[in-house]
Amino acid sequence: MARPVQYNNTIKFEGIPEGYMGEGFMATNFEKVVSLARKNSIWPLPFATSCCGIEFMATMASHYDLARFGSERVGFSPRQCDLLMVMGTIAKKMGPVLKQVYVQMAEPRWVIAVGACASSGGIFDTYSVLQGIDQVIPVDVYVPGCPPRPEAILDGFMKIQDLVNAEGLRRRHSDQYKDLMESYGIQ
Amino acid sequence: MLSNEYIQQKLTEKFDDQLIDWQEPYGMLTFTAPKELNLKVLQFLFDDTELNFTFLTDLQAVHYPDNKGAELAVVYHLHNWKENIRIRFKVFTDIQTPDVFSATALYQSANFMERETYDFFGVNFVGHPNLIRILNVDEMDYFPMRKEFPLEDQTRIDKDDDMFGR
Repeated sequence: MARPVQYNNTIKFEGIPEGYMGEGFMATNFEKVVSLARKNSIWPLPFATSCCGIEFMATMASHYDLARFGSERVGFSPRQCDLLMVMGTIAKKMGPVLKQVYVQMAEPRWVIAVGACASSGGIFDTYSVLQGIDQVIPVDVYVPGCPPRPEAILDGFMKIQDLVNAEGLRRRHSDQYKDLMESYGIQ
Repeated sequence: MLSNEYIQQKLTEKFDDQLIDWQEPYGMLTFTAPKELNLKVLQFLFDDTELNFTFLTDLQAVHYPDNKGAELAVVYHLHNWKENIRIRFKVFTDIQTPDVFSATALYQSANFMERETYDFFGVNFVGHPNLIRILNVDEMDYFPMRKEFPLEDQTRIDKDDDMFGR
C-alpha cells in the first residue's frame, strides 16, 4: 500500500502562458512560448578558473542543485552552450582566449560574471589581472562575492532566467545589439 | 661525507679568490661569483664527481635598487641528489647592461626559468635559444618585478582614490 508523499510536496511549477484555449488547441504569443522554453533549459558553459569554480562545483552538486533550473547538462564546448559562466580570476594573458570562447558561442548567448575577480578584478589590482571581464566581452549578470555562496550563484542564474524570459526574439538582430558587439570588436 | 667546508675548500682551490661573500644562512652554503664566471662555476659543480651538483632547483633574480652598479642579482640554487646537499650562488650585474650567460646548455630547466627572470626583471641571458616573455602579456614593455614599478594597474579609471587610501 502506497504511503503518501511527505517531503517535497510544495514544488513550484512553471505555469503555461496565457492564451486562448479551445478544444485541442491553444493560441498564444510565440515569444512567450519560446522564452519559456529557453529560460528553463539553459545549458551553461562553466569557465571556472579559480576559487569561484569550487563554489560552482558545490552549486552543481546535489545540495544546491543547479539541475532543477534546467541546467542538468553542462557543456564544455562553446558551440553547444547558451550561457558562459565565467568564474574566477582572468589574467590579461587569458583575455583573448576568453574572447575567442565567447565568439564561438551561437546566438542567443548570455554571460554571467561570477565572483569579484570576474566582475572587476577583485582584490588582485595588479599588472597581470584583467580588471573585469567586461573589458573583453559583454556581460549580462554580475554576481558579487569572494567567493559568492552557491545561493548567490543560483540567484544570479535566476536573474539570467528573468532576462531570457523578457528578451524577445528580435533583440539579437537589433541595431543596439550590433553597436554593442561593435564596441567590443566582435563581429 | 660532503660538508659545506669541503665544498668551499674545493671551490676555492679551483677558483682562488674570485668567489667571495661566503655565508651559511640556515645551513645552506651561499657564495657570490663574478658574472663572467657563472658558467664555469656551474660546469665545475656539475662535472666534479665528488661535488656532483646536477640539479638546478631554482634560478631567480633580486632587484636591489640601492646597490649602484650591481642592482640585479641572479641567484642559482643547486642540489646534489646523492648526498642531499643544497647550495646557492649569486651573480651580480648592473642594471644598465644586464647580460648574464645562459645556463641552458648545461641545465634544461634553466630554459623556462631564465625566460621568467627575463620577463619580470629584464635580465638578458646571452645564448638563450628563445628569450621571450613567458608569463606576462607579450606586448608588455616594462619589467614588473623591478622595484620602481607600481603594483596596481595604472590604466584604471573607475577606482576612487580616497576610498582606496591614496
